[in-house]
Amino acid sequence: MGLLGQNILGSDFSFELEIRIGAGAFVCGEETALINSIEGKRGEPRQKPPFPFQSGLWGCPTIINNVETLANICAIINRGAEWFSSFGVGRSKGTKVFALAGDIVNSGIIEIPMGISMREIIYDIGGGMKDGKRFKSVQSGGPSGGCLTEEHLDVSVDYESLAAAGAIIGSGGLIAMDENTCMVDTARYFMEFIQDESCGHCVPCRIGTKRMLEMLQRMTNGEGDVEDIDNLQTLANTVSDTAMCALGQTAPNPVLTTLKYFRDEYVAHVRDKRCPAHVCAALKEYSIEAEKCKGCGMCAKACPAGAISGEKAQPHVIDKTACIKCGSCKNVCRFDAVYLT
Amino acid sequence: MIELTINGKKVSAPEGSTIMEAAKLAGISIPHLCHCPGIHTNGSCRICVVEIEGMKKLMASCIVKAQDGMVVHTSTERVRMARKIIYDLLISNHPRDCTFCSRNQSCELQQLGGTLGILETHIHGEQSPVRVDISPSITRDTKKCILCRRCVTACHEVQGVGAIFGQNRGFNTVIAPAMAMPLEKVDCAMCGQCTVVCPTGALTETDGMDRVWDALNDPTKRVVVQVAPAVRAALGEEFHMEPGVTVTGKMATALHDLGFDDVFDTNYGADLTIMEEGTELLQRLTAALNGGKAVLPMITSCSPGWIKHCEHAYPYQLPHLSSCKSPHTMLGAVIKSYYANKIGVDPKDMFVVSVMPCTAKKYEIQRPEMQNGGNYNVDAVLTTRELARMIRTMGIDFVNLEDGEFDAPLGFSTGAADIFGVTGGVMEAALRTVYELVTGRPLPGHNLHLMPIVGLDKIKTADITFENVKPEYSFLEGVTAKIAVTSGLKNADVLMDEVKAGTSPYTFIEVMGCPSGCINGGGQPRIKNNVPNYKELRLEALYNEDEGKQLRKSHENPDIIALYNEFLGEPCGHLSHELLHTTYTPRGHFNEYFQEHMQKEYATVMAGMYGEE
Repeated sequence: MGLLGQNILGSDFSFELEIRIGAGAFVCGEETALINSIEGKRGEPRQKPPFPFQSGLWGCPTIINNVETLANICAIINRGAEWFSSFGVGRSKGTKVFALAGDIVNSGIIEIPMGISMREIIYDIGGGMKDGKRFKSVQSGGPSGGCLTEEHLDVSVDYESLAAAGAIIGSGGLIAMDENTCMVDTARYFMEFIQDESCGHCVPCRIGTKRMLEMLQRMTNGEGDVEDIDNLQTLANTVSDTAMCALGQTAPNPVLTTLKYFRDEYVAHVRDKRCPAHVCAALKEYSIEAEKCKGCGMCAKACPAGAISGEKAQPHVIDKTACIKCGSCKNVCRFDAVYLT
Repeated sequence: MIELTINGKKVSAPEGSTIMEAAKLAGISIPHLCHCPGIHTNGSCRICVVEIEGMKKLMASCIVKAQDGMVVHTSTERVRMARKIIYDLLISNHPRDCTFCSRNQSCELQQLGGTLGILETHIHGEQSPVRVDISPSITRDTKKCILCRRCVTACHEVQGVGAIFGQNRGFNTVIAPAMAMPLEKVDCAMCGQCTVVCPTGALTETDGMDRVWDALNDPTKRVVVQVAPAVRAALGEEFHMEPGVTVTGKMATALHDLGFDDVFDTNYGADLTIMEEGTELLQRLTAALNGGKAVLPMITSCSPGWIKHCEHAYPYQLPHLSSCKSPHTMLGAVIKSYYANKIGVDPKDMFVVSVMPCTAKKYEIQRPEMQNGGNYNVDAVLTTRELARMIRTMGIDFVNLEDGEFDAPLGFSTGAADIFGVTGGVMEAALRTVYELVTGRPLPGHNLHLMPIVGLDKIKTADITFENVKPEYSFLEGVTAKIAVTSGLKNADVLMDEVKAGTSPYTFIEVMGCPSGCINGGGQPRIKNNVPNYKELRLEALYNEDEGKQLRKSHENPDIIALYNEFLGEPCGHLSHELLHTTYTPRGHFNEYFQEHMQKEYATVMAGMYGEE
């Protein structure tokens, strides 16, 4: 069509487009790390300021946009800026694409006008939680986004409102979690990802995310202390306050928001050595309710560790020291006598 | 000038100052770790963070520029706690072996703990993967590395070599050559500039002291030591003396006290180098001007880091290198032949130690080329830092030592030899001799100095015109030799790219591998931030040594004249070639690959470029 290259549409305007393919590191979503990567350097961020528009690719002023932003340009040119601005709210104009996932009926890529509520996204678009379970939390903005609660379901989904709640729009990831989710384990899961993706340049991110992960691992393994909660909070605040780039500054978001909104779960893990959602294997305890147990022996047969004993037709018991917490007994019990604590 | 407020004080600072620099002007010092003035600023440690009003996050004061009207707080509770936690994080991934670390009492991480008032640590956890890589010159111990990247900057930006960089990601990040290969296998020049900037014990010279102690304690060994010119201009710094104070006499006394049987001076080797290299230059010029074959420009070969870099980066330009060995290997060869003969000792029973400002020389002495009659010319190399450690270990009160002398007959030198330790010195020393040999008159210029090549500029050039020459050099009448002097491998590359392209206008080029020459070598005392002009001070020290001597031209050294009369015959003669000259090995970027796959092609290409030999 002659829309690119020399003398576009017969004019004296020429424009070359060159596409570079990166190797796919998470940190290269940070604009200065992306610049380094394009320059053939290691994908590590640079200190800002100077911002890319001042000194970017090969020291030249550089504008960096996401694909979604560039894709919007087409619609804006075709239909006009006013049309685009008719969607959205406040300073967050237009539409936004999210990747909706998690324990939800309809998952997939969605495009919404900015400013609708989280409730509309999860229940109207997402069809609500799977298997009729109760909604517990939604994490917004990718691995370094914050985890929000039921109270936030009516928060308007826009840049300002989400930031005020401790979450971000970020990469547009939305993960809905149901009542069977352990929030400490969720924080551990995201920290595991982030610490692996840290570029290793600055100390708070390189060592700080690793140490936060280790603290969370101790907690989910039942080895945490009560002081660990405060230590984790302090460390998370420091990493967020001092890391060089957005990756490190936002890395503690899942920790900070779960500490804020689900602190009782942390306390249960470290003080009571209990995982309220029964997710953390090390903190699960299987028991048999004597009143319900008919003594059929199915569980003892199913137990791979030989941890269950009892006379026929008499209530059985689980030897807690031998139990490997596999859950086989619970699965085979027809009388719902095996319960988790 | 801009005006800002730091900790409630109004501060004026020049435009472009960082917050850290502006604070310093106001007498406020901000603790820092990775920042290294004159080398790099990359904000990786985050120790220097400060609070800036209007900014959400803490900012690295070593990078962020001060701006008009900025309000900065450098030591609020928020900042103080952040620094403590960052330090705690660093220590949580660092070995607690301070008491037996080579950087004990000189470690910047250790000192920072004192500055921050750290009395306990709270954070513990797994340690990053560890790798210890011992090359002939440099030992890398990644468990002590704090990833400040100073070494990376020294290797890439200062030296232009780029042998090491961050590998892997996150907590597994290590500074290493590509694919975690050992240093010895890559195109590292062994210059040791990384060891000078390393704040901890992660990068050090490979230990040479053990073998020297063993030799000193072995009654069957005649242990001979020699000291390079630049050592005397910096050794005092290791004993808290001011930079620029020469300690030649104290050093000679200390070496005797350490138990060396003979204390010789590499300066003697430098005078000898001038005789050989000056003669080689004249031979090449003679050939070139009389229609013969000659490879010009000729390039100096005193610096083994430079030689190794040239072998890797410019394998097709090796004939440009002077065939002279470096001064200390020349002297080693003379000690194990001429001197051994004189005192009736079998060279096999001699142990020659060189004290050098250099790490590359540790590698150089192991090159197969550096031996004669089955004996290595030099058996061990100590850096300036290692000599200081030996002196301290022996309980020698260095600062209060009486001045001693070097021993005869290989301890006397001219002023020309002293300036070998600084960029421009070898060239000036060579020209003092060559010019006088050709014209019969001393080198013109201020007090024998060729002023355009004195100083620390990256590339210095001058023209020397030979006029009213002696009859035997009539072909040089009116000839102008263009000369160039450079130091630091990145700067050398600029001149070498011209040589490679065939556009170099020069006749003679001096290259020293380390920036500013041996005074700033990879084995010298580590830089002190409070004396930013330490290089200038060390330079002055060497020029003062030169000017303080009666004899200042190598060819006037009576002991050099005696050596030629009694033993060598003539410069570049048969025996000289055997003992004092060497050959080079083309390596390419990947040494082993080059040796295996490119040798055949290499010979053909070289024959095409330089003619059949």
